[in-house]
Amino acid sequence: MSALKAKHQRLVLIVIALLVLVAAGLLAAWSLRNQANYFYLPSQMAENPPETGQAVRLGGMVEQGSLETMPDGVTIAFVVTDQDEARVPVRYRGIVPDLFVEGSGVVAEGALAADGIFEATNLLAKHDENYVPRELQEMDQHQAAKMAEETTVGIE
Amino acid sequence: MIAELGLAALWLAAALAALQLAGGALAQRGETPLQPLVRPAAILQGLLAGFAFVMLLWVFAVTDLSVKLVAANSHSLKPMIFKIAGAWGNHEGSMLLWVTVMALAGGLIALIERRLPERTMQATLAAQGFVALGFYAFLLFSSNPFERLPVPAPEGLGLNPLLQDIGLAFHPPTLYIGYVGLSVAFSFAVGALLTRQVTPEFARVMRPWVLGAWVFLTIGITAGSYWAYYELGWGGWWFWDPVENASLMPWLAATALLHSASVLAARDALRAWTIMLGVVAFSMSMVGTFLVRSGVLTSVHAFAVDPERGSFILALLALYIGGALLVFALRAGSVSEGQRFAALSREGALVFNNVMLSAILGIVLLGTLYPLLTEAFDVRVSVGPPYFNPASAIFAIPMLLVMAVGPLLRWRGDKFERISVPVAITVAIVVTVALIIGVATAPGLLPLLGLAISIGLAVASFWPLKGRRLTRVPLATWGMVIAHFGIAIALFGMASEGAFTKERLIALAPGGSTEIAGWQVTLEGVDPVAGPNWTALEGHLLAARDGGEPVRLDPQARNFWAPPQETTESALLTRWDGQLYAVLGDRASDGRWQLRLWWKPFVTLIWYGGLLVALGGVLAIIGRVLSDLKRRRIRVLAAERRSEQAMGAVS
Amino acid sequence: MIRWQVWVPLALFSAFLGVAGYQLSQPKDEFIHSTMIGKPLPQFDLPPAMEGVDGAATTNFQDGKPRLLNIWASWCLPCIAEAPHLETLKQQGVEIIGVAIRDRPEDVAAFLERNGNPYSRIGSDAVSAIQFEIGSSGVPETFVIDGKGVIRYQHIGDIRESDVPMLLEKLREAGE
Repeated sequence: MSALKAKHQRLVLIVIALLVLVAAGLLAAWSLRNQANYFYLPSQMAENPPETGQAVRLGGMVEQGSLETMPDGVTIAFVVTDQDEARVPVRYRGIVPDLFVEGSGVVAEGALAADGIFEATNLLAKHDENYVPRELQEMDQHQAAKMAEETTVGIE
Repeated sequence: MIAELGLAALWLAAALAALQLAGGALAQRGETPLQPLVRPAAILQGLLAGFAFVMLLWVFAVTDLSVKLVAANSHSLKPMIFKIAGAWGNHEGSMLLWVTVMALAGGLIALIERRLPERTMQATLAAQGFVALGFYAFLLFSSNPFERLPVPAPEGLGLNPLLQDIGLAFHPPTLYIGYVGLSVAFSFAVGALLTRQVTPEFARVMRPWVLGAWVFLTIGITAGSYWAYYELGWGGWWFWDPVENASLMPWLAATALLHSASVLAARDALRAWTIMLGVVAFSMSMVGTFLVRSGVLTSVHAFAVDPERGSFILALLALYIGGALLVFALRAGSVSEGQRFAALSREGALVFNNVMLSAILGIVLLGTLYPLLTEAFDVRVSVGPPYFNPASAIFAIPMLLVMAVGPLLRWRGDKFERISVPVAITVAIVVTVALIIGVATAPGLLPLLGLAISIGLAVASFWPLKGRRLTRVPLATWGMVIAHFGIAIALFGMASEGAFTKERLIALAPGGSTEIAGWQVTLEGVDPVAGPNWTALEGHLLAARDGGEPVRLDPQARNFWAPPQETTESALLTRWDGQLYAVLGDRASDGRWQLRLWWKPFVTLIWYGGLLVALGGVLAIIGRVLSDLKRRRIRVLAAERRSEQAMGAVS
Repeated sequence: MIRWQVWVPLALFSAFLGVAGYQLSQPKDEFIHSTMIGKPLPQFDLPPAMEGVDGAATTNFQDGKPRLLNIWASWCLPCIAEAPHLETLKQQGVEIIGVAIRDRPEDVAAFLERNGNPYSRIGSDAVSAIQFEIGSSGVPETFVIDGKGVIRYQHIGDIRESDVPMLLEKLREAGE
């Protein structure tokens, strides 16, 4: 390389740098296609389920009356639904976020297990009064309507 | 009154920034009526912005509820330190902090920097004034921090309880000084490009600024990571959240810039590349700010977002970064590339480091922007660790290996025989460690490589001191050695945490106990406790190791009011070889309490490593500045001697 | 030789600007409108939010007179801003029933002390349950309820001075 003229050396440097950066870009594009976490609504998951074990996010409402705690005290099971009546059972082992309650919105990160239950590794609940995850806004209104029609839950 | 004073100071500072821009720009065309005013304008602008910021601190300290920002973000019952920190814990206040740092930095270069040609300095100050002007406009027209309410609010709205944390109070200012310190590098790069003065002298002038910004970024990222670790209660120390990436990207660019500036200063090579990085580093600060503030990406640490603000920041981005890249494209051809070097040389290693850092930067940038891109096609995705970890490791691992031997190489060209012994030793260490750990514990591939490389690198980072009298080694070299060693330490912590963490999730009745990694943890009970603006349930745990003395841990689940929000306060127990991390969960229906426990071996090394890296940076700054001063003294003495001789000749 | 490489960064940056600009131009309607309009109020019966007031229940809305249901909280800043306009409505003879969201009695009392009390009844909803039932996603929100207990209109955010005539009109329509 020391035999190269300055101009050529510069060209070689630029070409190598560009090659590496293009490689980085291609690698990023390729792995993004595989690793990006797609967002599913329950109805989409019912129609066109992701592959078992592929990391996705599931967003919806925690169905009233579906939340139960397993005997070990730390595993919970609940059902996520949306306005299209689709229901996806979810299992989660861990400490739930503070605002996670039945009838509120939730985004579960995880993957479908072989038994058809969604195995959540992380739950994101509504953060405060005035914030709804953008992904959930569409559903919130329908869901609220449906819930209100169907439930006549007395409020403690 | 106080708020109006602050606002008036901002308007004056904006006017001075305009003067700075006009004067510096005219000087480029050879007209110099305003030239003597440019430096004083920059200094005064810095003082005025600083004054405005002090006024903002004042209205927050006295909780002046007639100021909208105070009413929206503070509360009379808040502890004083959080009242003050509330001043920058929101969009408007943090933007004011941003321009204050920018103006003070501009004032400082105007005050002390005399080494560059005056025309280049004028262009630099004009660029700095131009950038500051855009942010003044942003503050005054779209996010005025001093806006009054028509009727004073009876009580403030409090501050997001997640942000009521002493660590977080000082985290944003640190990061901001880093972000905005890079604006100086940007201005220098634009100034040098406009006047075609891309010289080693320019790199020497720019370097302390880049180092300073980089030190603050390092500290800010380290502190932010620790905050997320103990405050979110998820047991992780890095989530690849957009906000975290927004601080990492400028750091990557600044690290590359630091190294390429060294090549330019020492060897007069990589001219165009260094200029390019100077532009890119500050671009990353601005892109990060845009992503966090505009709300185009959802993040767990969201500020209140607002598309109008986003549009404003985007317009500023287009103007400054687009403009700088355009100037670069037009002028780069006339900047010749400078000295040559062989592939196997110090420059070669540094170029390799730069290319790899740029690749990692590209990976992080693409991953962060990808959701933005797909959303344009109405597909919602989120990108997380499964993408970021392997994709960045592919480029980080070769970079770390070259980092171990690069500092041993000579400038211009070198022979492999000369460094074959240290290289062989380093490789032997890496392979041996990898084999021992791989056979003994079989962790994942990335943690295994991380452990092996970190130990090799820790040893190798001291090679540059070999065979030298330690008292004669320049401070800057010490800085490099310590920073590289810090990288090794932090990497060891990350890899160890990734490979050996033990987790236990269990529901315990009071009196019950569990075992994790040699610790016996007993739940004594759970009591309600109250703080100044929150109430909490506090769990009392006793942790004993291998039958030793039990130690208390008190994790809490806190409820804040005004506004209502709940947070998790994890409890940490630090030992020399790791940390026990406990989080209290909900109460199960049968009266048991959920507990989440982690044992994380050597996890604290992540942050100690980060601090070592910053310390290395500080030493390098001191070393460079001292040697610059020495050089200047010699020049002054020589000049005096010459004038004395001349005087003698006359008399 | 055309030095195309130097234009690469600018081209990439322009692409980023295009995407980001497009994303920003997409209107993000942060408001979530209730789909309960035209439907009867869900059943609820809330305890009083403080000493000395009555709680709120669905039955309070079914005696033939249109009313406002105002969902608010003492910790909410826009609620302070809308307080004078609620007072105006009250003086125009409108009955307003309030629901305090996730609030504490002493805070409610202090709020009313400072900003006046336009409410005929105030229920306390400690878990935001009614918000969910009625399709309200934030505070403050105001609903126009007709005399049969049917939701006729939803106003999201604080009531401004300019909204007062509009709300009066909606109430008049609901009374027809």
